[in-house]
Amino acid sequence: MNPKFTTKTFAIIAVLVCLALAGIVSYYAAGSPDGLNRVAIDKGFDKKERDHAAKDSPLAGYGAKGVDNERLSGGVAGVAGVLVVLVAAGGLGYVVRRKGHDEASEDHETTKA
Amino acid sequence: MHIPDGFLDAPTSVAAGAVAAVGVAVALRKAGDELDEKTAPMAGLVAAFIFAVQMLNFPVGAGTSGHLLGGALAAVLVGPWTAILCMSVVLLTQSLLFADGGITALGSNITLMGIVTVIVGWVVVKTVTRLASNSTRAVVVGAFLAALISVPVASVAFVGLYEVGGTANIPLGSLIAAMVGWHVLIGLGEAVITGLTVSSVLAVRPDLVYAARHLLAQRDLTIRSTSASEVTP
Repeated sequence: MNPKFTTKTFAIIAVLVCLALAGIVSYYAAGSPDGLNRVAIDKGFDKKERDHAAKDSPLAGYGAKGVDNERLSGGVAGVAGVLVVLVAAGGLGYVVRRKGHDEASEDHETTKA
Repeated sequence: MHIPDGFLDAPTSVAAGAVAAVGVAVALRKAGDELDEKTAPMAGLVAAFIFAVQMLNFPVGAGTSGHLLGGALAAVLVGPWTAILCMSVVLLTQSLLFADGGITALGSNITLMGIVTVIVGWVVVKTVTRLASNSTRAVVVGAFLAALISVPVASVAFVGLYEVGGTANIPLGSLIAAMVGWHVLIGLGEAVITGLTVSSVLAVRPDLVYAARHLLAQRDLTIRSTSASEVTP
């Protein structure tokens, strides 16, 4: 195990990267239709799209409702999404993980160190 | 590639929902083999990273963009079963909170972006690491190719679903050509992001890359066998 990057350090850096990407960099993302939407428009089946049941939700369309500043609105939505996904998937990981000490990886860590 | 409500008819959506449900149920049982105390947080980090990077649409041509799907990346980092869970959490969150990807299309989206990309990506990365000399470079190349191939394959799977239960009549040939054409370009972007991400994690914590674990285990075995042979004579 790399002594500079303990699992905790690695996790903190990873979360900060995610927050920066979703909260700041996302503002600069391309706004044009994605591949599927492009094909739907070109082939004319985009008109079949129905309104999303959650279209009025507070974060619909990756914007925070009630925040007028576009940059801030998208940033808040991105940060909220990262945190929700982090907790949900991280929690799921903890629930399904193999319990107890993993001898193989413990052994491995001492070998590497 | 998030399918909105209304593109696929009800029976097809229900069938895809059943496929997704079975996939997630199996993944819930099997993911425990991939995660231990040390790697369990990786499930949260990988899912959060994929959510964040999916927001970053990059241009792929005139008036068209694409974003990472992430199934191949997740499979390489946390293993295929955990990857299915990560992708499902991302897609569920996007649909319910962000109105991205229809609610009736959730099963289709999980099937295409959460299961097809993961299986294809995992098969590709395992094939590459098996064929190539076992090195971390092979894992990076494998991850690159896994992403590159998984995206167009998922787009073909969409065409398959659309042929079965699309709500408009679109000639099969022209739909495949258009979907694959754009998604080869999107796959190229996804391959670059996936390769860079996997090589970054390998540089600091190779033990946290699921697809590289066999390399580390092998390294330990090599050391032991050498010392053993020195002792025996």
